[in-house]
Parts: sequence; structure tokens; C-alpha cells
Amino acid sequence: MKKQGLIKLGLIVNPAAGLGGAVGLKGSDGPAIQAEARALGARPKAQARTREALQELLPLRETLELVTYPGEMGEDIARECGFAPLVIGSIQAGQTTGTDTQEAARAMSELSVSLILFAGGDGTARDIYEAVGPSTAVPVLGIPAGVKIHSAVYATHPRSAGELARLLLEGRISRFREAEVVDIDEAALRQGVVSANLYGYLKIPFHRRLVQNMKSGSPTGEQTALHAIAQQVIDQMQPGRMLILGPGTTTRAISDRLGLTKTLIGVDVLLDRELIAADANEQQLLALLDHHPAQIVITPIGGQGYLFGRGNQQISPAVIRRTGIENILVISTPQKIVTLGGRPFLVDSGDTAVDQLLAGYIRVITGYNEQVIYKVNFLALQHFS
Amino acid sequence: MNSTITQQRYTNGKPNLRRFHQARWDEEIIYELNRPGQRGLLVPEVEEGIEAEVGDILATLPPAMRREEPPALPEIAQPQVVRHYFRLSQENLGADLNIDVGQGTCTMKHSPKINERLIRSPQVTAVHPLQDESTTQGILELMYRFEQILKEISGMDRFSLQPAAGSAAIYTNVAIIRAYHAARGELDQRDEVITTIFSHPSNAACAKTAGFKVITLYPDENGYPDLEALKAAVSQRTAALLITNPEDIGVFNPHIEEFVRIVHEAGGLCSYDQANANGILGITRARDAGFDLCHFNLHKTFSTPHGCGGPAAGASGVSAELARFLPTPTVEFDGERYYLDHDRPDSIGKMSPFYGVTPNIVRAYAWVMALGADGLREVAETAVLNNNYLLHKMLQIPGISAPYAPGKRRIEQVRYSWQELYEETGVHSEELGIRAADFGLHYWTSHHPFVVPEPNTLEPTESYTKEDLDEYAAVLAHIAEEARSNPERVKTAPHNSTVHSIDHEPLDDPAQWAVTWRAYLRKHRIES
Repeated sequence: MKKQGLIKLGLIVNPAAGLGGAVGLKGSDGPAIQAEARALGARPKAQARTREALQELLPLRETLELVTYPGEMGEDIARECGFAPLVIGSIQAGQTTGTDTQEAARAMSELSVSLILFAGGDGTARDIYEAVGPSTAVPVLGIPAGVKIHSAVYATHPRSAGELARLLLEGRISRFREAEVVDIDEAALRQGVVSANLYGYLKIPFHRRLVQNMKSGSPTGEQTALHAIAQQVIDQMQPGRMLILGPGTTTRAISDRLGLTKTLIGVDVLLDRELIAADANEQQLLALLDHHPAQIVITPIGGQGYLFGRGNQQISPAVIRRTGIENILVISTPQKIVTLGGRPFLVDSGDTAVDQLLAGYIRVITGYNEQVIYKVNFLALQHFS
Repeated sequence: MNSTITQQRYTNGKPNLRRFHQARWDEEIIYELNRPGQRGLLVPEVEEGIEAEVGDILATLPPAMRREEPPALPEIAQPQVVRHYFRLSQENLGADLNIDVGQGTCTMKHSPKINERLIRSPQVTAVHPLQDESTTQGILELMYRFEQILKEISGMDRFSLQPAAGSAAIYTNVAIIRAYHAARGELDQRDEVITTIFSHPSNAACAKTAGFKVITLYPDENGYPDLEALKAAVSQRTAALLITNPEDIGVFNPHIEEFVRIVHEAGGLCSYDQANANGILGITRARDAGFDLCHFNLHKTFSTPHGCGGPAAGASGVSAELARFLPTPTVEFDGERYYLDHDRPDSIGKMSPFYGVTPNIVRAYAWVMALGADGLREVAETAVLNNNYLLHKMLQIPGISAPYAPGKRRIEQVRYSWQELYEETGVHSEELGIRAADFGLHYWTSHHPFVVPEPNTLEPTESYTKEDLDEYAAVLAHIAEEARSNPERVKTAPHNSTVHSIDHEPLDDPAQWAVTWRAYLRKHRIES
């Protein structure tokens, strides 16, 4: 029976998500690792996590058209939860890959779903980004199920993901935010090398109650804070001194306020209120530092609070040394600090001496004339050991 | 039924859930009750003799200050006005109606009714602040005496009763700090004020309003204010530390003397937010801990009604060194008569007209005098005992926790977290608090800043009995159990209350806000 006029929700489950974590494999990317994990007795968590999220959507069962991929990629768990999903595409059971995730996301986007709800980890978020990013057309939301969750496109808990989805589908959410897709190279990590990239931003739904940081009395919250932070940085700019802007929406607010364009996932350089280098690499930064003094403006990346070493490797230890530790400005909305739940910022620049200089307490610009003193650790691998 | 109500209310001495249903009047907004021509009160015409003597008094108003049209106020007769507000009051869970422990940080305690009689006496209502001092000796003496009491409670050397609210008192103290550094020629250099994330947010707000930069400290691994972060924060730029203790999560800072020492060594002043001193009356004193300034809220610790029940009032206390900066006037006594001292060249000026919210000063004075010094200490001891009893009861409910300083006792309040219950059931703390309204109770959203996940801040003051606290805890235990067995019942609450469900999402959209009736008509395009 064809259902007409129903709200459409896309559901994608990465059945392998979380497989590697339980057996200490740092991730689950690629069939070989998944086979190894299964041989070690690992059980994927994706189905159970998706079930938790779908519980929140049960009240919409009659009015919702759930579009999903076959079998373990969503159909099974949807049926188990009592949904009658529209199943599209085809898979080879037990052998799905990131390509299946990408194809599913593309197909759902073409079907104009209101939201793509997906269960997985950072690798899955990257696949979704490959398929529908950086377009801001279709909102997405991650159910955290993977080993690595550095990306901010994930809800903090499967239930929160389900509830956010429900509120959006019920028309009770009309606001969205851009959230980071960050991933670490698993193969390198297994060799003890952390190599992380900021891949881009996806559009996720935003609701006041599911963001733990709303201060009563400042209901316009995050946007106001971004404007205030940007103005603070602009007010202390000096002629002849460069501003090396790290990636992110927080640093983008500075460029926005100056009427400049910002490379969202790259490093830009400003001088005398003009953009002099877009998406600069380490060599370009070092060359510019030969001619001008600079300040580095960075914001913690992803859900783990990394200042250096995640997604901004262009700002290398050499660039940091040349600029001077005292010329680093850390900026963050209060909301972003709160989401760390008391965990310190982390640095992993690749140079232990530089990391040690940064460790301790750092001043963070959180608004106009507002700062926070926050702790910085440099135990880069503490989350993987 | 043969049993008495009492028998129905209890099982084995434990309170049963109250069978409660609130009134719902479907009452219009007062502007909608407008019936042109109705009058509540007819003001007598001016007598001819008086008119002949004073003329047309309105003619003295400058034309630019006169309205061309009378204001569009609702026209309603007295019985309809009385009925309207009585109906609204029945749709409320006011402080006199429920076990009001659910407004943590607000220090909801009983306001003795006899004090309301005192402030309605002609000795209070019939005096005017512009009267000659010789005719207001009584009220001045009361203010003077109350200042002596606050000095004793805090250890400070002088107080001003002028601030008209708690935040006004904090602002008074920040203004004094600014004047102190300016007098020393250091104001340009000292432009930073340090506070903690769990100090009352008014501290940060007032410091910013006064032109300072605000540096906020986060807790250490044990949940206490972070001493190492303070060391990293202080410098030659430090003007002051503004800190609440116990913090708004109920934790007492064990390093408070160390905090004061570090800030003093850097040349800064220390101001103690004791808006809520309910857990420390007669036990610790701000001056003894080395603080240079402090403030009290008379409408919290000192029992004067608040939360729409009455006006606020603050009191700012300072050390002898800072007394010259206090707001003008101060109330003085020369051994024979009480008088107002307006001749204070170093004063920060006026914080409000005249000299304070007089009715609240009278209420607070009466409250303190009725208790005496021993009684004040007993207030604190009872409040702390009540809080730790409730903490013990609450932690027995599966799904709740008391984050920060785990395993330690608290002072006068606790900020709990229902995160575990939320993860298990999908029911939010806010929904639990609303469900409580079905049992004639509530808890409110006083958890700023929203750092603790799924927060619930409870503050059982000395006013509540063990029986009251048992009833409150039993209701929350019941609701938490219901979140597991019948979450929809909780999520769709309240069922027995006036208002059923409010969508909070528009609160974030200034375009939809209507703070006046006219704005409401305009923004929502309603034909009046």
C-alpha cells in the first residue's frame, strides 16, 4: 500500500559499527578488521542502539513513512520495533560496506526525507557526508553506536537521537545547526599514530532541551555568543599582525563579522582585515610568518575538545613555535565547553615539547569581556588506551 | 467510608500520595475583561475650596509630558477584579500552598504572617522618606539596629540597606570595588573579576555591567572550585573575586581561605555572595574568612516573601577600609538621635531612591528579633539537617545522583541529576517536575547555568517538617517508578493541574515574544 502525504524518515544502520571497540581494535573500518573483530568474539552494538532510538519514535508509527535499507541496514530493526518500513536498495547480507551507506543516503536524499537518522561511528558519519554533504539540504542525525565518536553530528545518547528526530518530525523543531564530521585514520592509529581530519559539516536539528547548555535569560544562546566572541577577537586585532584562523564555525564567525569568506574546514590567514591566504597549508603559513607576526585563533574541534592535532594539523608545531605560545587565542562558546562534561581540552600537536608548553590552564574567550580558565591535557592517546 | 482523612493520608505512618486536583478557570487575560464604562473606584471630585486654593494642578505638567489620549487600561468593576485574581491564585502552586522545596537556590521559607501585620501598621505605611528626621526616629532606629545585627552575623564593619534586590547588592559591591581601585589609581590596570561557574550568575552579570572582564573558573576533578585554576587566573589585572559559598549546587568550598589569600596577594578584593546564608547563619562569617565585602538577600535568608509575593531587598556589607564608599545616605546615631548622613564625598552614590525597601527591613528585623542569636544558628542547623535528610531519601531513588563532591554531605541545597533515569526511560527531569504538579507539588528550573545534565535543584529550608520532606520524596520516588512503568503518563503530565502542556520552543524566538498586551495584539495580528 502506498502511503501518501506521510512524513518521511530515512534510517540507515551501519551493522558493523562498534564491532572493533570491544576487542580493542580502535575502530571497525574495513571488512578485514570486521572479520578479525568477529573472530575475537565481538558483537556489534548498532542494532541495540538503534532500537533505543526507535523507541522514542513509536508514537509516530502510524503517521511516519520509515524509509530504510534492507536487512541489517535498518529493515530488521525497524520491523522488530513494529514499523512497516519502505525498503529500498539492495545489499549483500553480512558484507555491507561504506559504499552501501553512501548509496542509501543518496537515495533517501532523492526521496526528500525530512531527516536521515543513522547509526554508526565517525566512519559512518564520513560516508553520510560523502553522500549528502556539504549540502545543507537534508538534515541528518547520528545515533552513537561506533567505537570512535569524535563527530558532533551524533546525539549524546541513542534516546536523545530518537527524541530529536521525533520533535523534528512533529514540527516542534525548526532550528538547525552545523555539526562537525571528524574522523581518525584507524590504520595509522593502530600503529600508534593519530591522524585526524575535519571532513566537513552536516546539518543537524537543534532543540533547547536536548542541549544541556541553555542559560536562562540568554535564550538566543549560541548565536549571540558567536557574535560576541568574534567582536572580542576583532577588537584586539592590530595593524600588521596576522590572524591565523583555524577551522570551524566559531572561527568562521570572525570572518563573517568582517565580511570575509572563511574556509570552514581549512586554515585562513587575515591581515589588516583582509583575507591574504585561504585554506593555507603548513608551508604557506611558515612563509607568511617570515614577514609578519601573528596570532593563532583556534577552537576545540569535535566532541573530544582537541585544540591541536585534530583537523588543524596545518598549524604544526613549527607554526606554533614561530607564532609563540603566548599568541594563541582559544575561543569557544560556553555551550561547547559544557558539552565536554568537565573533561579537559586535549592537545596532540605531534611535538611533545609543544604539547607540554600548552598543558596546564588556558584562557578561553567565551564572550565579549568573558573568559574561562580551562584545563588542558596532552595525553593524546588517553581515549584509546 | 468510615476512615478519617488522616487514615487515608497515611499507610504505616508514611504519607500516601495526595489526591489532588487543581482549579482550572479558563480565565481571560485582564485586558480581555475590559468593559468600557465599568469602574472599580470612583475618586471623589476635588472640593471647591481646595480647587480655588491650588488651581488646576495638572496645568503645571509640561505639555510634552502629557498624554493626548488616556492610557488603554482595562475598565472593570471591583468584584470582577477580585474574582479574577482569586481565580488566578487558585491556578497557582504558591509558597503558602505547597511544600516549596522545589525552587532550589531561592530559599523558600515561611514568611511569618504577623510580620505582614507589622508592615501594614501606620508607623510604616504613613511615614514618608522626605519627612523631617525628628519625626522618623523610630524607623531610623530600626534600620540602625538591623545594621548592627547584620554586622554581627557577617563580621563586617558597615552595611547599606539601600539595594532594592540581591543583584542590586552585588552591583553595589562591584561599584565599591571599582571605586576602591580608582581611588588607588589602579582601575585602568585592574579590569578583571574572577568568579566560579557555580557562583550565582548575577555575580558575573554585575561585574560585566560595571565594566569589568569576567573570568570564570570550572570545578576541579572532585567537584570543588579549582584552586589551581584560580592561581592561573590571578594577576596584576585582578580587581576582585566574586564568589558564592556554599555554591549553588550545595557544595561548600573547602579552600575558601586559600582563595581569599591568593586574591589578596595579587592585590584584588574578595566579595562573598551570601544571598542565601541559610546554611551558615551563626556558623561561619564572611569577615572571619577574610572577605572585604559580602551581601545578603533579605527575601531569602531573612524570610521576607518573594517570588511575586513581595518586593526583594538586599544588604551590602563592607570592611572598615571600604566603608567610605558605601551608598549615600547611611543611617547614623550620635548617641541621642538617629539621622541620615548625606555628606559622604567618597560614596559610590545612590543605588535606589531614599534608603531601602522599608517594609522588608521591618519584616527581616522582626524575624531576627523573634529568633535571637541562638535561633539564627538553629535555623542554619535545621536547614542543613533537612537538606541532608532529603539527600539521603532522594539518593535511595534509582536513577538519581548528586554530581560533584560525590559521597560528601551538602550544606543547604543539592543539585541532583536524573541523567541515569533519562537514559533508561527517556523521561526528562523537566517532565518529572511537571508530573509532580499532579500531587500538589513541583520543582522548578532554577538550575542556572545548565551544566548538570537533567538537573533538579532542591532546597528544603528550616520551614519544612520531616513529614513534609517524606511526602515530597515519596512523590518523586513514585514518579521515577512511573517513568519506568508508564513513561507516557509522565510525559503527558500534568493531568490534574491547570495548564496541561507548554511548548517552550518559541521562548527562543524573540519575534514571538509579547511582553505587553499591545505587543501581543500587534505581533499576533489579533483584532482588538
